[in-house]
Amino acid sequence: MTMNTEHAHIEPVSYKTITTVWVVLLALTAVLVAVSHVSPFWAVAAMLTLTPLKAGLVLYYFMHLKYEGPLIKGMVAVALATLVIFISMMFLDIAFR
Amino acid sequence: MSVHRDDLGARIGMWLFLFTEMLLFGGLFLLYSAYRSLHPLEFHAAGSELNVALGVFNTLVLLTSSYTLALSLTAVEKGQAQLAKRLVAATILLGTVFLIVKGFEWSAEFRHGIYPNGPELLKRAPGEVLFFGLYFTMTGLHGLHILAGMALLSVALLKLAKGTVKRGESIFLENVGLYWHLVDVIWIFLLPLFYLAA
Repeated sequence: MTMNTEHAHIEPVSYKTITTVWVVLLALTAVLVAVSHVSPFWAVAAMLTLTPLKAGLVLYYFMHLKYEGPLIKGMVAVALATLVIFISMMFLDIAFR
Repeated sequence: MSVHRDDLGARIGMWLFLFTEMLLFGGLFLLYSAYRSLHPLEFHAAGSELNVALGVFNTLVLLTSSYTLALSLTAVEKGQAQLAKRLVAATILLGTVFLIVKGFEWSAEFRHGIYPNGPELLKRAPGEVLFFGLYFTMTGLHGLHILAGMALLSVALLKLAKGTVKRGESIFLENVGLYWHLVDVIWIFLLPLFYLAA
């Protein structure tokens, strides 16, 4: 049986890397919850920094973006940029209403 | 026999689907942001009624489920099929725990008359009605995604048991993983927007 494959095979991510990312995600969640009680300013600041950071870690390591080629990385960048444009346009709309 | 396999193509297809999911939830996040900027105090008041402990607990459950699923893919690629099966089973179990906790949370709110068009909710200020409307819509839609993910994970578990997902042929598990992790990412944003909104 011959295989006509487009493998671009990805080395498995090590158990150690996955465990480190999981521990960091739990720690960031703890910080986010703790800081949200300090003051409204810090709650918003933590939300705007730690939440995207957590999402980024999941995308980068668990979803293997780190190990993908430029094609998939570029596609994800375009999708995220589209979302950011939508969000900015909405806030501009609210601000100048 | 020539078998055509295109793992890169399969991953691209999955990512394209995930973009539609990102924009679906993205639209709801936009709606949330717009209404919150119009009713900041009412969103704050309504947010303080949610059970923070349960929200945080469920976050830990989902992060850990993503952890066990990521481990399972590595186990498959290392040829440790037995370990991979246990890890996928653990992921499904954690998904079940998440939904059970969610169920307790929702039923407590229902008992207090807090549900779309609920008697207690309709007495509230418009901003609070909007907050709970978005809360039930977004966590409900997210819950449906968890359910779909658990169904897909069960198929992956069967394929692992049958040996059709194995070392070097793990694209099915990989794509189910991408879906599950994205559903986890969406929850990462739901936690601060709803549970930590106060």
